[in-house]
Amino acid sequence: MTAYLLAFFAYPLYRNLDLSLRDYTVRSFVQGGAPFTGWANYAKVLGDPAFGPALTHTVVFTVVSLTFQFVIGLALAVFFAKSFRLSATLRALFLVPWLLPLIVSASTWSWLLNSDSGVVNAALRMLGVDPVNWLTSPQWSLVSVIIANIWIGVPFNLVVLYSGLRSIPAQLYEAAQLDGANGWQQFWRVTFPLLRPVSAITLLLGLVYTLKVFDLIWIMTRGGPSDSSTTFATWSYRLSFGNLLPAFGPGAAVGNLLIVMALIAGLVYIRAQKRQYEP
Amino acid sequence: MKRKRNLVKGWAVKQTASRRRAVGVALVALVAAGALVACSSEDKTGASGDGGTYTIWDPYPQFDDSSNWVKLLNDCGSKAGVTVKRTAFDTSDLTSKTLLAAQQGNAPDVLIVDNPVISTLAEAGVLTTSDDIKLDTSAIDPNLLGAGQSGGKTFGIPIGANTLALYYNKTVLTAAGVDIASVKDWASLTAALAKVTAAGKKGITFSAIGTEEGSFQFLPWFWGSGANLTKLDSPEAVSALSLWTDWLKKGYAPNSVINNTQTTSWQEFATGQYAFAENGTWQLANAKKTGFEYGIIAVPGISGGTAAAPTGGEFVSVPVQKSTARYAVSQKLVACLTDTDNSLATTTTLSYIAPTAAVQAKQVAANPELKVWVDAVKAAKGRTGDNLGTKYPKISQPMWTAVQAALSGSASPQAALATAQTAAAAATK
Repeated sequence: MTAYLLAFFAYPLYRNLDLSLRDYTVRSFVQGGAPFTGWANYAKVLGDPAFGPALTHTVVFTVVSLTFQFVIGLALAVFFAKSFRLSATLRALFLVPWLLPLIVSASTWSWLLNSDSGVVNAALRMLGVDPVNWLTSPQWSLVSVIIANIWIGVPFNLVVLYSGLRSIPAQLYEAAQLDGANGWQQFWRVTFPLLRPVSAITLLLGLVYTLKVFDLIWIMTRGGPSDSSTTFATWSYRLSFGNLLPAFGPGAAVGNLLIVMALIAGLVYIRAQKRQYEP
Repeated sequence: MKRKRNLVKGWAVKQTASRRRAVGVALVALVAAGALVACSSEDKTGASGDGGTYTIWDPYPQFDDSSNWVKLLNDCGSKAGVTVKRTAFDTSDLTSKTLLAAQQGNAPDVLIVDNPVISTLAEAGVLTTSDDIKLDTSAIDPNLLGAGQSGGKTFGIPIGANTLALYYNKTVLTAAGVDIASVKDWASLTAALAKVTAAGKKGITFSAIGTEEGSFQFLPWFWGSGANLTKLDSPEAVSALSLWTDWLKKGYAPNSVINNTQTTSWQEFATGQYAFAENGTWQLANAKKTGFEYGIIAVPGISGGTAAAPTGGEFVSVPVQKSTARYAVSQKLVACLTDTDNSLATTTTLSYIAPTAAVQAKQVAANPELKVWVDAVKAAKGRTGDNLGTKYPKISQPMWTAVQAALSGSASPQAALATAQTAAAAATK
């Protein structure tokens, strides 16, 4: 177990940190002997004109995606908690986005949102609205990838929150009904508080997944046009692999910044958990 | 209230138990995956460590073991008296795979790799020079060999070349009343696009995606304007980017070009709605399947003539090995793959133009349609040539970023290229 942890977690992390603290060129990557440069790669990344926009896009992408995924997921979970005919079938249908390989969903979305031959623009044209350059205009590209990401994330939220709902005992609702609580009050006074631990873990996992979303954005827009949908994940990839001449050092530095962001979120979660169990 | 708290606690306990179980399952899965990885890497070292086996890496995953390409590799191996173990990679993976393998000291004996990557690998010290392994490169067209040269040394030999030209749809042009012979320079091309658009069809499609592919497609226009990669914001460069930007503004080119790869751009052309498409030799086979009559012209320069297009295609190279005794056989393999007879077979298989005049003549004799491509390849120019070498990637990225900025309307061509020049100058300092 320890060996496994060391080989698959500690060593890669150490290597990534090491990469980010040295001035690697392709030559020193192969031949060894890259000079230690301390925080130079981080300084380079922080001073890069792409840093500010990439940070904003990462935060906007994550917060907006999470909010919508959670709200829609919760609404659907509450809806499906009441069993009705076909509810199981419908719920299964909602899982489809989750089961599809990301490359399929991302390619499908980029067809749907294509400026000239996309279904979405065809529908807009039919409604008499001017078509929108979803993926190719700097104003819309980030919105488009967020929409696609919400669609992909809803099923995860639905499943986890639904199982959370199932474990809330029915007696509580009976008691609430006897006390004369209406549906809305039941939701806010019973469902929502009892769902809090599940919600917290859902949001944390969602945050980690969303921060590192890469394939979706890369396939749909390559982070473009002109960096308008670049997040830390796509930026890191472009630095390290998306160019004929890889810049491993700065790429690793951006990757580490992502890890730190996820770590902070994790710590906030642990703190919140502790406070909850202290009386 | 108390009852409720107990219930909550009971629920929490159940929850942790199931979470623990889930973690356990995940761990088992990970360990299994780890074991698989371990097995496969063991496999690899076993194969390349053998004395009589020589490894070849190529970027042609579309060819399986029954293809002519793999048969040729095996033939060359048996002529040299060794077994060939061939592995195909996706072309975008091959650079990092090679760098990693070289770092671990198990680079392949023969590596076939995209030409602009050669200078990067040479810079990394991964490749031997042609002098080291005594490769004869005298018959190769100098403009093709240029991509594999840096600092006066040659690293490898082109296996075949391709480049870009304009495909046109005869039906669409005839319907719009455009005579293809009149398209000689940018002004007449734009006039043709205007006529086609007025006739209700679409003008031209190309790929301006934010990757190397976008730079590759922009370069014929960039060079055709007389611009030089060392100065991205020259008036000539601005005129090239303005040409593209104006096409988009006027609707002569679709907005989707900003995200088009060369494949998606080809799919647009294949719908039969477009008059022109900028694409490469490798689409010839698909062009026959489109069901409409097509023709090909070279990309015109700003005021006539043929613009220099960038060369595409791969180089055969020999990575550095610990035991230099292996080079003798590697040299035989490379010589076999690139000799005149095999070169004809290889380039036909790959749908490439041969790198030597002798084989080019044979190709045209066999298929007159290739004439326009042979001319285009002769006029083409290596991206990493002009002694740019590893500076090219640092110039190319700002360039494709500028193209994207101008086409998407977030900056004027002038401003976008000025930004690009600043970025490129800082990166290549």
